[in-house]
Amino acid sequence: MDFFKKRKQNYPDFWMEYEAQFEKKVDYTISEIRFVVFDTETTGFDYDTDRILSIGALSTKNNSIAVSDSFEVFLYQHFYHAKNIEIHGILQEEKQERVTELEALIQFLEYIGNSVLVAHHAGFDRNMVNHALNRHGMPDLKNKFLDTSVLYKRTLIKSPLLPVKPQYSLDELAEKFDISKKDRHTALGDAYITAIAFMKIVQKLKTKKNFSAKKLLK
Amino acid sequence: MKNTISARVADFLKNYPPFNEVATKELEHLSEEVGIIYKVKGEPIFAIDEEAHAFFYVVHKGAVVLTKEPNNEVVDLCDEGDIFGLRPLIANENYKIGAKAYEETILYAIPITEFKPIIKDYKEVGNFLIESFASNTRNPYSKSHRGKLYEGATAANENRVSDKELLDLQGVPYSKKLVTCSENTTIKTIASKMTEKKVGSVLVVKDKLPMGIITDKDLRNKIATGLFPITTRAKNIMSSPVITYPKKMTVTQAQMAMMKSNISHLCLTMDGTPNTEAVGIISKHDIMFELGNNPAVLLKAVKRSNGFKKLKAVRRRIMALLNGYLEQNIPLTLTSKIISELNDACIKQIIEIALEKMYAPPPVKFAWLAMGSQGRSEQLLHTDQDNALVFEDVPEEQLSEIRAYFLELARIVTKGLFNIGYEYCPAEMMASNPDWCSSLSEWKERTTHWIINPGPDQVLLSSIFFDYNLSYGDANLVNELSTHLFETTEQHPNFFLHLASGALQSPSPSGFFRSFLVEEDGEYKDFFDLKRRALMPLIDGARVLVLSHQVKSINNTAERFEKLAELEPNNQELFLACSYATKALLKFRTKHGLLHNDSGRFIALNKLTKEEKIKLKRSFKTIKDLQELLKIRFKVTNLLG
Repeated sequence: MDFFKKRKQNYPDFWMEYEAQFEKKVDYTISEIRFVVFDTETTGFDYDTDRILSIGALSTKNNSIAVSDSFEVFLYQHFYHAKNIEIHGILQEEKQERVTELEALIQFLEYIGNSVLVAHHAGFDRNMVNHALNRHGMPDLKNKFLDTSVLYKRTLIKSPLLPVKPQYSLDELAEKFDISKKDRHTALGDAYITAIAFMKIVQKLKTKKNFSAKKLLK
Repeated sequence: MKNTISARVADFLKNYPPFNEVATKELEHLSEEVGIIYKVKGEPIFAIDEEAHAFFYVVHKGAVVLTKEPNNEVVDLCDEGDIFGLRPLIANENYKIGAKAYEETILYAIPITEFKPIIKDYKEVGNFLIESFASNTRNPYSKSHRGKLYEGATAANENRVSDKELLDLQGVPYSKKLVTCSENTTIKTIASKMTEKKVGSVLVVKDKLPMGIITDKDLRNKIATGLFPITTRAKNIMSSPVITYPKKMTVTQAQMAMMKSNISHLCLTMDGTPNTEAVGIISKHDIMFELGNNPAVLLKAVKRSNGFKKLKAVRRRIMALLNGYLEQNIPLTLTSKIISELNDACIKQIIEIALEKMYAPPPVKFAWLAMGSQGRSEQLLHTDQDNALVFEDVPEEQLSEIRAYFLELARIVTKGLFNIGYEYCPAEMMASNPDWCSSLSEWKERTTHWIINPGPDQVLLSSIFFDYNLSYGDANLVNELSTHLFETTEQHPNFFLHLASGALQSPSPSGFFRSFLVEEDGEYKDFFDLKRRALMPLIDGARVLVLSHQVKSINNTAERFEKLAELEPNNQELFLACSYATKALLKFRTKHGLLHNDSGRFIALNKLTKEEKIKLKRSFKTIKDLQELLKIRFKVTNLLG
């Protein structure tokens, strides 16, 4: 026990503050839950060697997004793969205000607090952030996670005529829900598409029987 | 903090008044404080008498309907880029009108505190808002700038189109020469007067105030039926009190007022209440004329639409026309013919527009097929889109390239259909799905497989696909496919047995005691599923019988039954009853759909009148008889037992 206590005290203040927010009891009234929808743009898909280029996030509560409560950071890059620039269009020379990885994490933790995190193919973004946290000596994120690619599958009708694909891309969701693909492949642009899709998906799920926020968050 | 999202909001706003007047920098700053709100169809945004929000709203996507007391009268429909909820900006009081989402909608909420400085700095912005607020019209610019906007335009056509669009804003024309009588005038005198002046209604006045109204309908319902003698006085038969409106109303408002109160004449008074002098009368006929809501005009409007957005506006008018037809009790056969024709024209136009958007003309001949209800011309309301594409056979090595072309075309078309109100098919039965976009021989192969191996999935697929109808493109391709289908089914009569048993799978509409069976759970718990329990058995039954008779190119269910009555004189009575039941149920569905602005599939039983319930139950008897016939004819019991 002593060993754990000691280690815990070693964490910096911002982590302790973040962690403290999870001691409160969770409210399962869906209109009261703050969801943070986020996306990361990275140099690649390898959790160990690749790095986060930017994080974009916005919050929704009761089907409403406040633009003023959105989050966007660009990180300093000391190495990057040229092939990614084509997709993300983030050039190293571009004049964006940049922060260090640690600074980005501090800001991100402060922004998300104990909100429920939502992302498309959430596992990837979660791992990317967790690996970055670990590199700076911190444990994994403590938030509940929802994945729009998984939730979307639950909205599909069960029909032998509709084969369920193992993966649905964000592009497919944007098509289905008639969301403009403007700013696609920027972290905040993708987070916006995910957020609108997320609100529409939850609405669809609500009409199914036995829906409850508790089940959604399980 | 400026970011991707606020830039995106600003980018949208700058296209619409009054934001187009605001400098980029200020607009970007404002956009950082905007709220983005998602509303489900029918969800309220604010109610009458609700405390003012700290925002006013801009429709980003979808549409919002504004309503006013009494009776939730529709004041206005706001589309993309329209502003509403301005009251808190101008007066410090509660809302006087209500707003709710007419479709699935995304709104931008503009914070009033942030916006006020902009009003101060830009006179035009303030003027626009005040004018919008006062007139309840959405875009006074188009009216006042009309001269300037169209000065350079030489094409007469263009001008006419824009006039049409202004109807929403135009004041309604009304006849100022009122035909009136007193409460004690006899009906005989009134009738003579109406004939002489060639009018359909007379206003009953006392000291110039409107007391009641007598229309042609009153004369028919109350006098001609013998309910009242011809010598009776006006006060005995007049409709009273009169529903009055202020004389400053737009064509759209007048039309909606009539639709809302289900009346054919509106009385206009000085201040809109029955306590001031009557100044005019608007009849439904006036409005219809003004709107040009007749099929020929609308068909032209469809053909002139060069973008999805314009087409959407025309489609709304088609729905208004449909509503009018149903109200006037025009036979459903005629109604559905006209509306299907217009729907068809819309689809054709969308394909035309999509073809223009493509990078190249089609590499080979193709045909766009409507399936399901659209294929059967039974789609009066917007429902899901079910469609397929067939293209000419091409050499193997070109196949994937050519399919890619048509998939892209189909993607644009299905998106266009979605934009004008056809929901995507939840089972992906659309030409944009590679499974439903194939060459002729691929289709032949696939349908042959269905017919030879009729499992439940194949039967379901056949029942959807076999009602196909050519929407656009090459008729020969379709004919060849149809010939193939008939030849194959003839060789495999076993297929009909399966198709018939599929037709008997629909759940029964009524229980043992002839009570309605309702849904047990889900979104529509306790609703009656009109489509699955009543319409599907008829539709499926007609299909299998007609196919077994090798009857080509009749897709409509009612028409199929009529054809069957002709082919089988001994079952004539049953088939005619089926045809009648189909029409009655379709009409029922359409009426309910219009009432609730949905597909009309699910009916709330407690909202039905006794008469409606009896009508429904009568059709159930016919359905049972039809199912008996299917069982015996195709010996389905063997299969099930």
